[in-house]
Amino acid sequence: MIKFLNVTKEYPKTGAALKDVSFHVPKGEFAFLTGHSGAGKTTALRLIYMAERPSSGEVRVSGFSASRIGGREVPRLRRRLGIVFQDFQLLEDRTAEENVAFALEVTGARRSTIGPRVMRVLTQVGLAGKAHQYPRELSGGEQQRVAIARALVNDPVVLLADEPTGNLDERATRGIFQLLRDINASGTAVLMATHDLDLVKSVPAHLVELQHGAVAYDSAEDAGGGASTP
Amino acid sequence: MRLVLRETMLAFRRAPLLSTLSISTIAFSLFVFGLFGLVAVNIHAAIGTVAERVEVVAYLRRGTPIEATTLGASDIQAFPEVQSVEYVSEALALARARRELPEFQDIFQDLEVNPLPASLEVRLKPQDRNAATAAAVADRLKGFAFVEDVRFGNDWVQKLDRLRTIATAAGTAIGAAFALVAIIIIGNTIRMAVLHRSREIAIMRLVGATDGFIRRPFLLEGLTKGLLGGLLALALSYGAFRLVGSIYHASVFFTAAEGAAGVAAGGLLGLVGSLLSVGRHLRSV
Repeated sequence: MIKFLNVTKEYPKTGAALKDVSFHVPKGEFAFLTGHSGAGKTTALRLIYMAERPSSGEVRVSGFSASRIGGREVPRLRRRLGIVFQDFQLLEDRTAEENVAFALEVTGARRSTIGPRVMRVLTQVGLAGKAHQYPRELSGGEQQRVAIARALVNDPVVLLADEPTGNLDERATRGIFQLLRDINASGTAVLMATHDLDLVKSVPAHLVELQHGAVAYDSAEDAGGGASTP
Repeated sequence: MRLVLRETMLAFRRAPLLSTLSISTIAFSLFVFGLFGLVAVNIHAAIGTVAERVEVVAYLRRGTPIEATTLGASDIQAFPEVQSVEYVSEALALARARRELPEFQDIFQDLEVNPLPASLEVRLKPQDRNAATAAAVADRLKGFAFVEDVRFGNDWVQKLDRLRTIATAAGTAIGAAFALVAIIIIGNTIRMAVLHRSREIAIMRLVGATDGFIRRPFLLEGLTKGLLGGLLALALSYGAFRLVGSIYHASVFFTAAEGAAGVAAGGLLGLVGSLLSVGRHLRSV
């Protein structure tokens, strides 16, 4: 479902961010993308939601190919993805509910369906009681839950999380991680970029490790090409 | 569409200061241009008033039968440049002279014969009140047998022409400069509004909004701000006009069409400014 085939990404000024990277995240899988900061995790994610195109090689995501996708199709791809960031990326002047609804409104969803869908995902992330609060009134963990709810509301096939726990304390980290596991358990693939090795070791999952832009380890290759599902 | 409207309203409500600031910036830029426009319109009107006095007078030979004169007058009336032809008889000319030149009252009183010739006063159409046309019409009038002499004040008509050329050239140059300044200021104001919301734009893109969807509220916002700014500028111009009008009489204001065009130009500037800055922003992120 997410497939990197010999992907190289070079920037004119800083050189290669990814070198000949290949990996595969099948449907419904929970996968970690690890590596030190600067190893290329964020670049890999940006290639997946096609904010960037590879310099060479091929990126395929949910039926879309980076080499063939037109500018007008990128929004359609992104509606199938849920994206979560370290810094939450919430709109400060909208409530939790409005932030989540926003993701549906931009897709042209029918108004009557928006309310119930928003409440469903807010309940799923445990924030139904705080729907009317603004981001500044919520803790870091709660803000990340709003961001996850926003990522989920379009029923994505895969949730991309770029260091989702990077700004959180240990307790909030565990809560968010558990939430991502629950989401995965209900069928949504999760690709989580993190450098938190304790988290990675805590569960058996597909692990892709990047070092200086190249794949240093891939647990799927290690197990003989099969994908390990948690 | 309802969503676009709502998002536009939200933009005004969320950043009232920035919105007020950009509307007043647009208003004042257009106001400066409007003031210039008022000056231009008034100069134009003043020149027009003076130009009304451009006329070509054909003095008739004594003893020309009235039938010939009438026939000739209707020929002249058919010239494309001619607005009207008026026959002034010898008696009327004398009566006018008595009325308009009171200092020569005594001389006129003592006359035994009327020394003034009859004439045809030819007025030109507004767009033809210039030296070249007047001279051309004068030449053709000289061709009529019953015309003895033709006068049209060549000197002052040429001066009027020069004045008109200078006013037009200066007006165009200054107007273009003012318009350019207004466009630059308005463009930057709108750009500020777009940058203010760049985070929102980035998030919209991440959740799969199309560029068209992102653009629409900005366009409506720009259009609204431009129209409001234009209306405000028109109101300010009117205020200035009344103020100046109370000191100097007989000034003219914009016609309804000119006023509407000004407001529409504000809206258009807002719209195009938004289109350009959002487009540029969308390409850069």
